[in-house]
Amino acid sequence: MAESGIKASRLISELEDQGVTHVVTLPDSETSGMYKAIQASESISLVPVSREGEAIPIAAGLWATGKNGVVIIQNSGLYESGDALRGLAIGVSLPIVMFIGYRGYSRHGDTPDSSARLLEPYLHLFRVPYYVLETGQDIDRIALAFDEARKTHMPVAVLVGAEYEDEVIGAP
Amino acid sequence: MMTYKDAVEVIQRERGDAVAVVTMTQSKYWNQTSAHPDLDIGISNGMSKASSVGLGIALGEPDRNVFVLDADGSLLMNLGSLVTVATQAPTNFFHFLFQNDVYAVTGGQPVPGAGRTDFEKLAEGSGYRHTRSYDDLGTFATDFPELSKLDGPIMIVLAIEPELQMAGVEQTWESNARMPAAFRSVRKSLDSSYIPN
Repeated sequence: MAESGIKASRLISELEDQGVTHVVTLPDSETSGMYKAIQASESISLVPVSREGEAIPIAAGLWATGKNGVVIIQNSGLYESGDALRGLAIGVSLPIVMFIGYRGYSRHGDTPDSSARLLEPYLHLFRVPYYVLETGQDIDRIALAFDEARKTHMPVAVLVGAEYEDEVIGAP
Repeated sequence: MMTYKDAVEVIQRERGDAVAVVTMTQSKYWNQTSAHPDLDIGISNGMSKASSVGLGIALGEPDRNVFVLDADGSLLMNLGSLVTVATQAPTNFFHFLFQNDVYAVTGGQPVPGAGRTDFEKLAEGSGYRHTRSYDDLGTFATDFPELSKLDGPIMIVLAIEPELQMAGVEQTWESNARMPAAFRSVRKSLDSSYIPN
């Protein structure tokens, strides 16, 4: 785990600042620390799904009520969600921010994992803009992603290229 | 078995101010008779997503009922949503399954499990609070006023006469184009601060 990793509590704080009310998610190794932090959050509700393809439609339904749901799934789950991304997030023009675990990510670009190799081409195919989080210093990109989603009224991805640092929620 | 038209009419009578998420052939009859088109979302451009969209609405608007008019072929593509719904257990979630055992839009090919799969048991085993199945209109029409007062999530499976859509259904480019407006209409009805984009 990188010393300059992304602290889950900092990330949750960013989500709270953006008015996020629900996190719709299927856990993955890149975002598991975030899962624990959301469970501890008083203002954000966790909505676990059985299959990633449910996540965007649930976030779409939340949007229809005025709530602000984000999606947190792995890149493999984003591929599984392709028709929901096409028909709902893009087809209905919804400002859904999606945190995508970048399984197989290597900043050297040399990875045997097709789930990593295909992620950015896949997002280009769907014309979904994205921001990459590699370290805790990239945390400000989250606000940029929300701003872009609001401005364009379209989905925006945040690619999480590092595991969140484990931390004891509530510890000093 | 009952017809789409008759089943939809029974559901409409108890709808009140519920948000309706409707998919496939029943959309045609729902749209013809809806008293609140501003609270209707037709899922035409995203087969299988009705139950999940309905869950999101139910979680976001817990004091208002949500009626999901789903179809067997559609739910089969999103079967895990039964467990997701049951886990969240929204008391305002009413799930109607129009079971005709075929893919009516594409010419009537049988869905997997036709004549074999028990969707009521699937919902019950997933953890829905109440489940019912009806194969005749009279019994459904008699029971539904009381069922509509129960806490959800509730699954009501309706045996429907297939109505093959050889010339296409509401599943058209036109209905797809209505989806963005329908989402915004519902949002406008539920969120007074919303300014449509």
